[in-house]
Amino acid sequence: MKELLRLDDITMQFGGVVAVNNLSMNVKEGEIVALIGPNGAGKTTAFNCITGVYEPTNGRIVFDGKTIITNHPSGKMQRNYAGFEADKYLGEKTLHPTPDVITKLGIARTFQNIRLFKSMTVFENVLTAMHVRAKENVFSAVFRLSWKEERRMEAETEKLLSEQGLLSHRDEIATSLPYGLQRRLEIARALATKPRLLLLDEPAAGMNPQETQELSLFIKEIKERYDLTVLMIEHHMDLVMGISDRIYVLDFGSLIAEGTPEEIQSNQRVIDAYLGVAEDV
Amino acid sequence: MDRAKKNHLIRIFVAIAVVYLAVLVLEFTLRPTSILFTVLRKGAIYSLVAVSMNLLNGFTGLFSLGQAGFMLLGAYTYAIFTMPVSVKESERVYRYYECIVGFDTGSFVGLIAAGLVAAFFAFLIGLPVLRLKSDYLAIATLGFAEIIRAIFQWDVLGPLTNGANLLREYKDLSRITLPFTDIPFPPTLFVFIVAGVCILLIVLLINSSFGRAFKAIRDDETAAEAMGINLFKHKELSFVISSFFAGVSGALLAAFQYTVQAQQFESMMTYEILLIVVIGGIGSISGSCIASFLYIALSEWWLRGLDMGKFLGISAPDLFRSGFRRLVFSVIIMVIVLFFSKGIMGDKELSFERMKAFVKRAGRKKKETAK
Repeated sequence: MKELLRLDDITMQFGGVVAVNNLSMNVKEGEIVALIGPNGAGKTTAFNCITGVYEPTNGRIVFDGKTIITNHPSGKMQRNYAGFEADKYLGEKTLHPTPDVITKLGIARTFQNIRLFKSMTVFENVLTAMHVRAKENVFSAVFRLSWKEERRMEAETEKLLSEQGLLSHRDEIATSLPYGLQRRLEIARALATKPRLLLLDEPAAGMNPQETQELSLFIKEIKERYDLTVLMIEHHMDLVMGISDRIYVLDFGSLIAEGTPEEIQSNQRVIDAYLGVAEDV
Repeated sequence: MDRAKKNHLIRIFVAIAVVYLAVLVLEFTLRPTSILFTVLRKGAIYSLVAVSMNLLNGFTGLFSLGQAGFMLLGAYTYAIFTMPVSVKESERVYRYYECIVGFDTGSFVGLIAAGLVAAFFAFLIGLPVLRLKSDYLAIATLGFAEIIRAIFQWDVLGPLTNGANLLREYKDLSRITLPFTDIPFPPTLFVFIVAGVCILLIVLLINSSFGRAFKAIRDDETAAEAMGINLFKHKELSFVISSFFAGVSGALLAAFQYTVQAQQFESMMTYEILLIVVIGGIGSISGSCIASFLYIALSEWWLRGLDMGKFLGISAPDLFRSGFRRLVFSVIIMVIVLFFSKGIMGDKELSFERMKAFVKRAGRKKKETAK
């Protein structure tokens, strides 16, 4: 299997706080990989580094064979730097693309606290995400010269919504949907940007066991249907153990374990740091 | 396109056509000095600039206060472009300076040029300024407008802008003719057509893929960026387009006023426009248009008596003296802002269904109170 995403020695330091410390991981094409760990372990920070929200202090991120971000500590950070191998990426050109460039490359994400476009309907939310792949410019858009493109986007949005079972809510304001559907809509919106890698930040947060069960089926289904690779952050162990191919465990910013669900479940360090043991009564 | 949508569009077009016909009929029946024309012309001009400001403030979520500056650029560009060379060479306008502009153009080219100059300056200003957020952006753009106003009155630029003196005798509304003829064009209709076409373009933009991207930025910048929308590019685009139309409306204002002077485009003007946008409803195009006609009608016409000693048949020269109008006007505005904080239209658009529903509601209320 081809490697789709690789993180090399990613360190993210905010002043003296090391949020992510020398994280190296990789995601192969077609996998579902989970990133787990206690609160504050640096999972979302790692996501933000991948999607270009943050510029990592040190390290390199490669997507589909292309280096998308590489950085080394410079300026004031050189003195404060707490990670190791600070000089490894010294000679490399520093690239730090903005999130929209990353999305264009084919990485889409959802957010931990749902971020839908509040004033828009369900339909418009997904349609807006199509904008990034639209073949039109302002002139052709205003004068409706690219109406075929618009029709195509509308048709695709309809298709996407019906596949996600959201078509009956088409014209409702997005934020008026029930919580579970809002999550689903956010995933649909991310899919509209035609990603190859989908990053899900706690997709099951706030869901009951049954909804979580549905979600795990849903993730598997969209992965097959859209030929996706999925990297997710999640706390629901049933979901994580059920669908992931591999799991990475973070604690205090550092990687403490990686492996298949079985390996992780029996790993003593993970049990100590995160999973815990069932108490004897 | 489904039938309901088509019918809806047809009805809108019919309504707009009726308005334009009415303007044309009025133009041939009323006497040209009627106050109604002042209100209609100025109202149309302010509609355009209010809609352009709404594009920025209401639809892209950029709180910018540079509108008067861009209008000034448009007004001067229009005046300088369309002033005949013979006037430029004579001492009638450029008395203290030697005018360096050796050409003149028609009003259409003048309007486009006005928009382009404003858009060009917006592009330059936007590069540094659009990285700022909310209040800071407002302060920066307000500062820009003030600087432009000062620069245009600067002596050194005299050969171009005539310093702090008036510009006049360019193609104002009384000099606009039908293309390629000498037949005068109905002036109010001219203003309505230019403003209408510009507003139509803005509406088309807002309902396009780019308009949705603007709204996405307004709703949630982080999410918009994560959906692949280049924040800076789209903000700059919105800023430049909004300024283009502010420039065109400045040109129209110049044509309407017969004279142009930089001093007039002070920040008060931007606040006026902002007020219209807020009263009309942030994010509503039809709201901005209705509010600007109401605002102009109130300030130029209906409340005029308050300054003249006689209002609604009451004659009280001691109370109704010049300046009293402003007082009453301020109170009205405060009441509107307090009780209709979302403006006349909120973020909705005017439609026949809404009007019908409103009339029905009002009727029901009346019946209830009658009981």
